Amino acid sequence: MSAFDVQRVREDFPLLRQEVRGRPLVYLDSAATAQKPQAVIDAIVRFYQHDNANVHRGVHILSERATEAYEGARETVRGFLNARDAREIIFVRGTTEAINLVAQTYGRKHVGPGDEILITQMEHHANIVPWRMLCEQTGATLRVIPVDDRGELVLDAVDALLTEKTRILAVTHVSNALGTVNPVKELTRRAHAKGIPVLVDGAQSVTHFPVDVQDLGCDFYALSGHKLFGPTGIGVLYGRLERLEPMPPYQGGGDMILSVTMEKITYNRVPHRFEAGTPNLEGAVGLAAAIRYLQALGLDAIAEHDRALMAYATQALESVPGLRLVGTAREKAGVLSFTLEDIHPHDVGTILDREGICIRTGHHCAQPVMQHFKLPATARASLALYNTREDVDALVRGLHKVREVFR
Amino acid sequence: MSSDSDDLKDLYQEVVLEHSKRPRNYRVVEGANHEAAGHNPLCGDQLSVTMKVDGDVIRDIGFQGQGCAISRASASLMTGVVKDKTRAEAEALFEKVHKLVTEGPESMDVDSLGKLAVLSGVSEFPARVKCASLAWHTMRAALEGRDEAVSTE
Repeated sequence: MSAFDVQRVREDFPLLRQEVRGRPLVYLDSAATAQKPQAVIDAIVRFYQHDNANVHRGVHILSERATEAYEGARETVRGFLNARDAREIIFVRGTTEAINLVAQTYGRKHVGPGDEILITQMEHHANIVPWRMLCEQTGATLRVIPVDDRGELVLDAVDALLTEKTRILAVTHVSNALGTVNPVKELTRRAHAKGIPVLVDGAQSVTHFPVDVQDLGCDFYALSGHKLFGPTGIGVLYGRLERLEPMPPYQGGGDMILSVTMEKITYNRVPHRFEAGTPNLEGAVGLAAAIRYLQALGLDAIAEHDRALMAYATQALESVPGLRLVGTAREKAGVLSFTLEDIHPHDVGTILDREGICIRTGHHCAQPVMQHFKLPATARASLALYNTREDVDALVRGLHKVREVFR
Repeated sequence: MSSDSDDLKDLYQEVVLEHSKRPRNYRVVEGANHEAAGHNPLCGDQLSVTMKVDGDVIRDIGFQGQGCAISRASASLMTGVVKDKTRAEAEALFEKVHKLVTEGPESMDVDSLGKLAVLSGVSEFPARVKCASLAWHTMRAALEGRDEAVSTE
């Protein structure tokens, strides 16, 4: 395993090399969106300078190259997730679209009045609202796995919630609001024992540790390119082939059909059936470059760096008087949510911003879990592979400054 | 050009911090005949404004809710200055405060604002304009008798 040198990694991210408000930038908001390495920026530029054309239809050399780049990106994602077959990789706009796709295709086909959809209390709105909408469309009911005060799922409650009416279990791998890593392999095992398919929201997980969809056993896995150091507007839905094959199409348009007459339409095969219209080519190319960049650094080395920094940051924040961590699960990744005395997180964020420190404040698009903790908002620092102990130290100094202002 | 720490001092002036810690008129007005709820979805701030309006005059006004220091202070200050004002005067104050927090103190005669001048610092913080103006939007909605909750988005 190559030694992970965070200072060298930082050199790869041009955006980080700047001062803001007269101070070195401290970026602790990667759970919202991650910064991009030069390799990703270069790949997008190279694609437009050399290979750009529409895919899957041209007879000319550029279309061949663009198709190769796009389908090559699919293969790169397959390898990254260890899917069996590249046809199991569908390019979408992001995690949100991936979940909507499953809800509106698999869901519309299999969910009816009186059925149940099971999610958890700690889901991002992207893994709540599409199911809520499906319930409204079909007359199904949304059921919720509760969380405890550490921010862990109450596993004892799960078996009773997985009933003969449950049509799908949708659960996040890592909570964006709490940092909790959920035991999705175990949850999948329990759901499958009752024949219930499982969708995992992987928006916050793939950035911090290797994910093997075959090992997890889940039916669907969703992720966003922009949180994975790739471009915005590209994401992935992994689906097991036997689940995808019988699913009706999502959007209609070009590329998702084999033939069209005014009387009859023959839909294309998986995965193209789910990719209507000209796809986000630069997005796929950029995402593949991001994955190759991470693989070159070593996914295990990144995981080790993130784990060590998370432990350091947890201890450092706990040393700040009046700071309360929200989400103290035994297994966490990347996210530190907190409150500071009775100072509103928005005020914390503004004062840190003036110190050149970027964090997120608010409900993190996860209002139900905020309601569980009876908080309207938290401050959230999130860590990525380019963050250092110095970043964490700057945050701690900033928080002392916040306390000074509000003394 | 002021430095960043001067900007912070302008935003979190003593008066602002004091009002946010001990807001005035933090209550539901008894016998209120006007009310509205306001919501800032960005940060989760929520507040309600209740008023007793007698003819053209705001006889009493109170607010309740949760929010950051800026939104609480702005709401607290508002209840102080709007009381015993006519509808037209309250509307004029709304316009002035809106101009102050969006365009800055250079855009107007700050002395005419009295206590509200402490909100001058907000204009240097575009992300906080909605915090400062939430209570005022809610007050105006209550005056106009609009039922739907006010949202800053």
